[in-house]
Amino acid sequence: MKTFKGGIHPPASKELGMDLKIVDMPLGSEYRVLLQQHIGAPAKPLVTKGDMVKKGQVLSEPLGFVSAPVYAPTSGIVRGISKIVHPVTGLLAPCIYIDADGKDEWAQGLPLERDPLEMDPGDLKGLIQSAGIVGMGGATFPTHVKLSPPKDKPIDTFIVNGAECEPYLNADYRLMLEEPERIIGGIQVVMRILGLSEAIIGIESNKPEAIRVMKEKVPGTIRVEPLKVKYPQGAEKHLIDAVISRKVPSGGLPMEVGAVVQNVGTCAAIWDACSRGIPLIERITSVTGRGIAEPRNIRVRVGTPLNDVIAFCGGLKDASKIIYGGPMMGIAQYSLDIPVMKGTSGVLVLTAEETNLDSFSACIGCGRCIDACPMQLNPSILSKCGEKGLWEQSVEFDLLDCVECGSCTYVCPANRPIVHFVKHLKALQRSAKAKEA
Amino acid sequence: MKDIYISSSPHIRSDEDVAWIMRQVIYALIPGALVGIYFFGLPALMVILISVVSCMVIEALAQRVMRAKNTLSDGSAALTGLLLAMNLPSGAPWWLIVTGAFIAIIIGKQVYGGLGNNPFNPALVARVFLLISFPVQMTSWPAPRSFFNEQADAVSAATPLGELKELIFAHSDITALAGKGLMDPFLGNIGGSLGEISALALILGGLYLILRKVITWHIPVFFIATVAVFTGIFWMIDPDMYASPAFHMLSGGLILGAVFMATDMVTSPITIKGKIIFAMGCGLITAVIRLWGGYPEGVSFAILIMNAFVPLINRGTGPKKFGAVS
Repeated sequence: MKTFKGGIHPPASKELGMDLKIVDMPLGSEYRVLLQQHIGAPAKPLVTKGDMVKKGQVLSEPLGFVSAPVYAPTSGIVRGISKIVHPVTGLLAPCIYIDADGKDEWAQGLPLERDPLEMDPGDLKGLIQSAGIVGMGGATFPTHVKLSPPKDKPIDTFIVNGAECEPYLNADYRLMLEEPERIIGGIQVVMRILGLSEAIIGIESNKPEAIRVMKEKVPGTIRVEPLKVKYPQGAEKHLIDAVISRKVPSGGLPMEVGAVVQNVGTCAAIWDACSRGIPLIERITSVTGRGIAEPRNIRVRVGTPLNDVIAFCGGLKDASKIIYGGPMMGIAQYSLDIPVMKGTSGVLVLTAEETNLDSFSACIGCGRCIDACPMQLNPSILSKCGEKGLWEQSVEFDLLDCVECGSCTYVCPANRPIVHFVKHLKALQRSAKAKEA
Repeated sequence: MKDIYISSSPHIRSDEDVAWIMRQVIYALIPGALVGIYFFGLPALMVILISVVSCMVIEALAQRVMRAKNTLSDGSAALTGLLLAMNLPSGAPWWLIVTGAFIAIIIGKQVYGGLGNNPFNPALVARVFLLISFPVQMTSWPAPRSFFNEQADAVSAATPLGELKELIFAHSDITALAGKGLMDPFLGNIGGSLGEISALALILGGLYLILRKVITWHIPVFFIATVAVFTGIFWMIDPDMYASPAFHMLSGGLILGAVFMATDMVTSPITIKGKIIFAMGCGLITAVIRLWGGYPEGVSFAILIMNAFVPLINRGTGPKKFGAVS
């Protein structure tokens, strides 16, 4: 079975929520829509305090091509725009507070009905851009940018990412089981935009049901490729390597090897935007872990306060760590006042027993990190540089190639926080470069 | 909501920590240690106990004096003690063992900042220190006998390599030695350090470590194979002057060194390519010392010399990154 070199086998821990059907989270009384829910240029708000908004109404205007707007998740009144701690960057970021009016009224003309497969590819790309769609696996890179390769980088392969290699998470899995038509529709839209006659869906082989359902539903132009179970099988470069044996060059983008990758959730959002005109205002999220009373897979509006999500799932239970995303790359949160975002693939709550509070010791040179690193770097050296803040040396050891997947840190017997060191070194490097410029 | 922790990802860790690794190596040494106790009796057990306990006590005291974190629970001091004992004659007096433990823990490890920072294998630093400082005590080999045979502790035996070296120094024919057969060194019925005598027991331990993925096969195999090839070439040229590669493979501390000492993670290269270069260097130096050096055995010296090259080897054998633009 196809895979890549390196990687690890953490316990999948999917059983907590694997068999739970997607449930719609009921309408809440308040929503908090962060302006920055993507990687790239910021967006500026188009509404002010007191404005009436309708569900699906645009709230912001992107400032630049690599950016994305946000939309009102329900109808109501803008209570104000104020700053909250951003769940990803940890910095204060502007957020639009909306008091729901409980009517959940659509903006005018929504939803509509049309057949995207009859439409002009350029128009479809425009719809995706204006719908505010970003990579929903967690990376949140604006989707229309990936679908706009320069002329000198012809794309010959479209790979759909259904690997969901992060332990615990089941959002993509449930989506594939329950709503395969949305995914397949979105795939066909992307194929039309890229001018391709085929696509490949990569799914880890520990999801036989998803493989079966997708194989059953896909048309002849789409192939389902079972992948070996190994983390990080769903990392973009490694998925490409596994499926078509091409290695994205260091520092390059998938387009360099003629490939475009989209997550299954992103494909479903593309279908909603193109066939019904619905912007990205909701997503499937796995709420799971032993620290939550009732794990659930929920369809949740973007902007829903985490507090509401936790309450809907029975509340916390011996919670010690609350994570946006999975246990390998997710971001630990310390407040429940933050909202669900476009990239919130999961909310994982770990118990005290599962929380690693041990201190770390010196590297013993076992080499496990080197075997685990899917980028074939030397995490041992990077961590030693990190301990001393030697970012210039670390760049010589390919700091900037690190994808922060966490494999090295997972296996490290000395409990060294290697990813932490890498993030620290990258920040030092960035600020030094900024000073230079 | 109480006691919510935040930290960088990842938020889960493998169970295999430093203490787990040290435990596996200790388990793997048990067969070799038991054979030593079987053939050398209670004195061997005493050597092991004194060595392990002194290493642990000295480490705890050193860390108290330095106000450093106590790391007894990681098992590395106990392992160093066991390895040191395996490298001593079973009749070693208590003061020799305690001196060795002091050298291993203090000079071999703590002065560099503790486990992970030491460039040389601590147990080997101690063994070589003792060998040079107390050559008489370090080369008085009690003869092997069954554990249940109460008599004749004082009988001393030469090690096969020692006999060989004497014959070579005397320019005598070595065929008498070669005629002794290889079953005794394979099982452990020979003179030598208490933990090095049975090839079989040590290989079993090595296989356990490889299966548990604590070590890879590269260092033991390349180390031993290099010794075999190098000594084999000279044996083929003149079998009357040079012992056979099989004799060299099964004698002295080669298997103990190749499986348990040269594979020490801290003091061996980090990549497979580096490990192979390191192991071949160890094999070459061992063979040269055995064939032409002043000492009958060269494994300890070879590993320590190659330990010094590890940073250099690591520098030249880094992994080739994904998508490297050549």
